[in-house]
Amino acid sequence: MIDKISPSVEVALADVRDGATILVGGFGGSGVPEELIDALIAQGARDLTIVNNNAGNGEVGIAALFKAGRIRKLICSYPRQIDSHHFQAAYRAGKVELELVPQGTLSERMRAAGAGIGAFYTPTGYGTDLAKGKETRVIDGKGHVLEYPLHGDIALVKAERGDRWGNLVYRKSARNYGPTMASAATVAIAQVYEVVELGALDPEVIVTPGIYVTRVVKVARKQARIPAGGVTRGVTGRAAA
Amino acid sequence: MSYAKLSRDEIAKRIALDIPEGSYVNLGIGMPTLVGNHLPKDREIFLHSENGILGMGPAPAPGEEDADLINAGKEPVTLLTGGAYFHHTDSFAMMRGGHLDIAVLGAFQVSVSGDLANWHSGGDAIPAVGGAMDLAAGAKSVWVMMEHLTKEGRSKIVDRCSYPLTGIAVVKRIYTDLAVIDVTARGLVASRVVPGLAFEELQRLTVVPLSLSGTRAAA
Repeated sequence: MIDKISPSVEVALADVRDGATILVGGFGGSGVPEELIDALIAQGARDLTIVNNNAGNGEVGIAALFKAGRIRKLICSYPRQIDSHHFQAAYRAGKVELELVPQGTLSERMRAAGAGIGAFYTPTGYGTDLAKGKETRVIDGKGHVLEYPLHGDIALVKAERGDRWGNLVYRKSARNYGPTMASAATVAIAQVYEVVELGALDPEVIVTPGIYVTRVVKVARKQARIPAGGVTRGVTGRAAA
Repeated sequence: MSYAKLSRDEIAKRIALDIPEGSYVNLGIGMPTLVGNHLPKDREIFLHSENGILGMGPAPAPGEEDADLINAGKEPVTLLTGGAYFHHTDSFAMMRGGHLDIAVLGAFQVSVSGDLANWHSGGDAIPAVGGAMDLAAGAKSVWVMMEHLTKEGRSKIVDRCSYPLTGIAVVKRIYTDLAVIDVTARGLVASRVVPGLAFEELQRLTVVPLSLSGTRAAA
């Protein structure tokens, strides 16, 4: 019998190695696999490359990983939030490398990794500083930038419900990067609030089929936290989150 | 003759009234978010949020906030009846794939040829791009909402952007607190200049060449 349910977040993360590339779901405060990140902090792996939309908020989660000096490199789209001070301190001190990627390119690079695509041309970023040094091509009169897949050793994903085959459904906009990251990592670990029997998830609405998921671990539902507005105030430009 | 600049809400209202029924629209963080407050109630307009929402509704009543339902600015929102959720990769495929009709974005500068600079103020700031480049590259129409002049009084509509670019030749229309300016093949065309501001004065403030079209009625 196949049972992907892990008894605890500690067991689920036991084999994370130093130097691993870890894809971490979440957008601002929604869809963040907080319990898995806490377990990663306790687990002790160092020298990590973290892929996330943002750069950690406040004192918990990815911010705590920065504070503990465990991150060597961050690949993200929007590290300039008011409460990303642990990243910012590490970045200013030269202790962490930043690879800034346009948000859609970040997601599509992981999709390409999960889908076996060798590289792709995207119009996003053509002619900008973020395309410097990259191959370009004009296709149908429009400039494109060549981008490569972004694989993870581990993906940490927050879903709402899962079953022992690893099928997942999400809740509202907490879905964000979860399905793509699950597909792009060698080992995908999903935390869920409910583990349900096989067949309890409607096959028509399963969002992440179990083939992408290595482990599922149940965590207790917490009181919902509404994060304060996460974006730097006073920036007139669109600084998409 | 004296004139009054439009308030941010007045600019937002102008933009909202220009969005046709049935449009799929992304409102950028900051000033453009105000447009959502002025959409005509008798039009169905689909708001897209980059974190996987179509049919995004207004802010919830106090106490009704849901941490799993936020907009691109990380603020609590609601979903309209008929709205949908989807994952990030699909959300950005909607942008790049040309499915969004309009993106309304803030800007530091826009050039005469429609180049957009809105993601990085340069210098010592930590760079952060988010979805700005994807929206700029993908939306069918990129409208910019910004103040016409910097705090120092310099035009934010320029011959060449001095700030790092977000996209090349992507802006179709600029809504400022002084006028509406279309970026066309024959140059910048101003309309809806605020009452009391002579076109010649608008031209003097903007520096780069403008032509005048349309009426000068207030929106």
